[in-house]
Amino acid sequence: MGLSPVLWQFLVNWLHNASLFPAEASTIAPYTDALYFFLVLMTIFGTTLVAVLVVVFSVRYRRQRNPVATQIEGSTLLEATWTIIPLAIFLVAYVWGALLYFRIFNPPTNAMNIYIVGKQWMWKAEHPGGQHEINALHVPVGQPVQLTLISQDVFHSFSVPDFRIKREAIPGRYTTVWFEATKPGSYRIFCTQYCGTQHSGMVGWVTALTPADYKTWLEQSTSGESLAQNGERLFASMGCNSCHNGTAAARGPDLAGVYGSKLTLTDGRQLLVDDAYLRDAILNPSQHVTAGYAPIMPTYQGQLSEDGLIDLVEFIKNMQSNYRVQQTLVTAESGEAAPTTPPQGKGER
Amino acid sequence: MSASIGSTIVSLPDQSTAQMPKRTYINNEQGLLSWLLTADHKRIAILYLISITFFFFIGGAFAGLIRLELLTPQPDLVAADTYNKLFTMHGIVMIFFFLVPSVPATLGNFLLPIMLGAKDMAFPKINLLSWYLYIIAGAMMLSAIVLGGVDTGWTFTAPLSTHYLNTHVITAATAIFIAGFSSIFNGINFIVTIHRMRCPGMTWFRMPLFIWANYAASLLMVLGTPVLAVTLVLVALERLFGIGVFDPTKGGDPLLFQHLFWFYSHPAVYIMILPGMGVMSEVISTCSRKRIFGYTAVAFSSVAIALFGFFVWEHHMFIMGVSSYSALVFSLLTMLVAVPSAIKIFNWAFTLQKGSVTFETPMLYCFGFMGLFTIGGLTGVFLGSLGMDVHLTETYFIVAHFHFVMVGGMLMAFLAGIHFWWPKMTGRMYPETLSKLAAVTTFIGFNLTFLPQFILGYMGMPRRYAAYPPEFQVLNVLSTAGATVLGFGYMLPMLYLTWSLKYGAIAGSNPWQATGLEWQIPSPPPTENFAEIPIMDHEAYDYEWLANKTRNEVTTVG
Repeated sequence: MGLSPVLWQFLVNWLHNASLFPAEASTIAPYTDALYFFLVLMTIFGTTLVAVLVVVFSVRYRRQRNPVATQIEGSTLLEATWTIIPLAIFLVAYVWGALLYFRIFNPPTNAMNIYIVGKQWMWKAEHPGGQHEINALHVPVGQPVQLTLISQDVFHSFSVPDFRIKREAIPGRYTTVWFEATKPGSYRIFCTQYCGTQHSGMVGWVTALTPADYKTWLEQSTSGESLAQNGERLFASMGCNSCHNGTAAARGPDLAGVYGSKLTLTDGRQLLVDDAYLRDAILNPSQHVTAGYAPIMPTYQGQLSEDGLIDLVEFIKNMQSNYRVQQTLVTAESGEAAPTTPPQGKGER
Repeated sequence: MSASIGSTIVSLPDQSTAQMPKRTYINNEQGLLSWLLTADHKRIAILYLISITFFFFIGGAFAGLIRLELLTPQPDLVAADTYNKLFTMHGIVMIFFFLVPSVPATLGNFLLPIMLGAKDMAFPKINLLSWYLYIIAGAMMLSAIVLGGVDTGWTFTAPLSTHYLNTHVITAATAIFIAGFSSIFNGINFIVTIHRMRCPGMTWFRMPLFIWANYAASLLMVLGTPVLAVTLVLVALERLFGIGVFDPTKGGDPLLFQHLFWFYSHPAVYIMILPGMGVMSEVISTCSRKRIFGYTAVAFSSVAIALFGFFVWEHHMFIMGVSSYSALVFSLLTMLVAVPSAIKIFNWAFTLQKGSVTFETPMLYCFGFMGLFTIGGLTGVFLGSLGMDVHLTETYFIVAHFHFVMVGGMLMAFLAGIHFWWPKMTGRMYPETLSKLAAVTTFIGFNLTFLPQFILGYMGMPRRYAAYPPEFQVLNVLSTAGATVLGFGYMLPMLYLTWSLKYGAIAGSNPWQATGLEWQIPSPPPTENFAEIPIMDHEAYDYEWLANKTRNEVTTVG
C-alpha cells in the first residue's frame, strides 16, 4: 500500500469507532482491507463515471437544446476502450484477490492446530491438550493458529469478521483456515451458513490472550487427557491395535510415522497422508487399501463420533513408534485390566 | 409539470375526438372462459402480468415482515423459525414466481411476436400451457405457505433440506419443479419463434435488442432449468427414500448439491437480468431518438453473458473447500462475465450522446437501473475476487449486492418496460407526474434500504439471522426505514396503473414516436396483430424511416 501507516491507522480506527468497520485484529485483516478499499474506490469511480456521463449527456443533449438527434452507428475504438479498461481493472482485482485467498488458506508451517466441530447449533473447539470449549475459542496472540473444521450434521460456516476469515464446516470432510490474532480481546464468532432454527444463535467469542495468559488458561482448563491420549484409548477399545500394531504378523499397515508420508494404495493411487485421509480411511477403509494389504478392515461409519475421529486422527498423527500400542496388546492378551473406555465419542450421531 | 414545448416526445391524439380502436385483442371475445382458453400471446401476457403482480405483493409482504423483525436485535416480532420461513418464502416467491417470469412472460410474451412481425408465438397452445403450469406451481407454493411454510432457504441446501427439516419441503420443491417447466416451455417457444417466425426482411441484425436479450435468456432457461429440476428430484428422493447422493455417510457428497444447484442458479441470475437489459435498450433508444450505440456489441454482449454465465457457478462455493486451482479458474471467468455488462452500460450511456433526450417515466426508471446496476455489478467484482469473497460471502454484503442487481436492476427495468408499453397493452397512458414521483421514490427508498447493508456486510453481519448483535442496529433501522419508502414506491404504480385503465388518456398507436413494429399497429393491437404481415425494409431504431413514414401518412391521409 502506498498509504502511510499513520493515515491507514487513522482511517481504519475512525471507521471502526463510527461503527462502520470491523476491528483489524489479525495479520490477514490489513491485507483484506487494502483490497477492500481498492474495490470501494473502483466502485465509486465507476458509478461516478456512469452518473457523470448520464447527467452531462442528458443536460447537453436534452430535447430543448438538441431537438434533432445525430445518428451514430458506434465506435470500435470507444467500445474497445470500455472493454479493455474494465477488463484490466477486473484482472487486477482477480490477481490481488487470488493472492489474498492463498494467504488466507495456506497456513504457516509453525501453526498450531485446533479442531472445530460444528453441530446444530453450537461450535465445539477441541484443543490438542484436551481443553474443550463450546461457542468459545481461546487463542494466543502472535501465534498462527490453524483451525480444522468439520460438521456433524449440516453445512455451517465459521466466521470471525474481525479476523476477516471464514470457512465452511462441511459434513464428511475436513476444511482448514488459519489466522494470527494481533491484539488481545474478544471477537465475535458467527455461523454464516444457514443451518436451521437457531442459526442466529450459533454464535460465540474468540478470546485472544497474551502468550502468558494463554498458558495459564491452558493449564486451568485441561480435562486431564489430551486428544491423543483419548485417541490412544479409543485405538485400543475399538480393537484397532489388533491389526495396526507394527508387529511382523500384523494384518494392517504400520501407523507409526505414517502421517505426512506418501502412501501407495492397491489401486495404484499415490497420496499424502493428512487428517482428511486418516478420517476417510477409518470410515471407508475399502476405498483406501494400502498396497500389499488385504481389504479386510471393517468400516467404522456410525460407530465413531466426529470427536472420536478427531481423537484417533490426533493419536495417529502423533504416533512415532508402536511401543505403547504393543504394550496395550500385551496387557489385553494377558487378560489384565483392559484400558477403560474413553470418556469421549460413544458413537452418538 | 406543464413542461415547455419540446421537453417530451409523447404525442397523444386529440383527446376530444380520440377513440379506442373498435376491435382489439381485449374485446375481440368476451367472458372469462375466452381468457382462460385463449391462445393469443397478448392475452396470455396479461394473464401472466396479473399473476406475477399477485406473487410480487406476496413476496413483498414477506420482505416487509423481514425488515420489521430486523428493526430490533432480538427476535421479538416473530420467532426464529417463523423468520426462517419468511426469508425462505420471500426468496422462493420473488425468484421463481416473480423475477424469472417477470419480463419474458409478460412483456416478452406480448411483444416478441409483434416485434418480429408475426401473428403469434410458434406454439400458442404451449404458451398457454406454460401459464397453467405456472398457476399450478403457484397454487402449490401458496398451499405450502398456508399449510405452515417452508424454511430451507430458497437454496434448498442439502443435507439441511433432506434430513433436518420438518416443513413442506417436498411441496415447495414440486412447485418449483413445475414452475421450471413453465419456464422451459416459455424458453423453447421464444427460441423457435425467433428462429422461424421472423417477417420477411427481419434479419438477425434488424431485430430489436429486446429480442436479442430475450433470446439469450431463453437459451439459459432451456439449458439450465433441467439441471434445477434434476437437483430438486434428487432432494426429494433423498428426503423420501434416503438414496444418499448428498449424504457422506452413504458415500454421497453434500458439495455435489452445491454444484448442481448453482449450475442452474447462477445462470438464473442472467435469466432474470437479461430481459431487463432488453427493455433498457428499447427505452433508451426511444427517449434519445437514436439508434443504440454499437448495436452489434450490445447484441453480442447478451449472448456472451449467456455463454459465460454457465461457467461461473463455483464462485458461490469459494470457501467450501473446493480445489484452490478450480477457484482460480472460476474467479477469472467471473471477472470475464462482468465485462459484457460494463460494455452495455457504456453503450447505453453513449446512446444519449448527440441524442435528443427526454425524461419520461420509463427513462427515469432506466437511469435508476444504470446507477443501481453499476453498483450491483461492481460489488459483484468484490465477491468474484477470491480473497475478498472469504470475508464477504454469506453476509449482508451479498444480500445487498444481489438486491442491487435483481431489484435495483431487474425490477427497475420491469417497471420501465411496464410504463413504456402500458399504452400499447391497454391503449391508455399512465399519469405522468404521479409515475415520475413513483420512480424517484423507488430510487431513494432502494438506496436507503440496501446501501447500509453493504456496510453491515463488511462488519460481518451474517445473512439469514433472526437476531443480531446490538452494534448492528442503527444500520438495520436505516434499512427498514428505506424499505418502507420502497414499499410505498411500489404501491403507487399498482394504484395509478389500475386507475389509468379507465381514466388514462387515449394513447393512440405510437405515443412515443418509437420505431419498433409494435408501435406501427393500433393500441391495443388487434388479435391478429397485423392486417398483413409486414416487411422489414429498414434497420432497427431507424428514426429517419419513421419520420419519412409519418410524413407520407400525413400527405396521403391529410
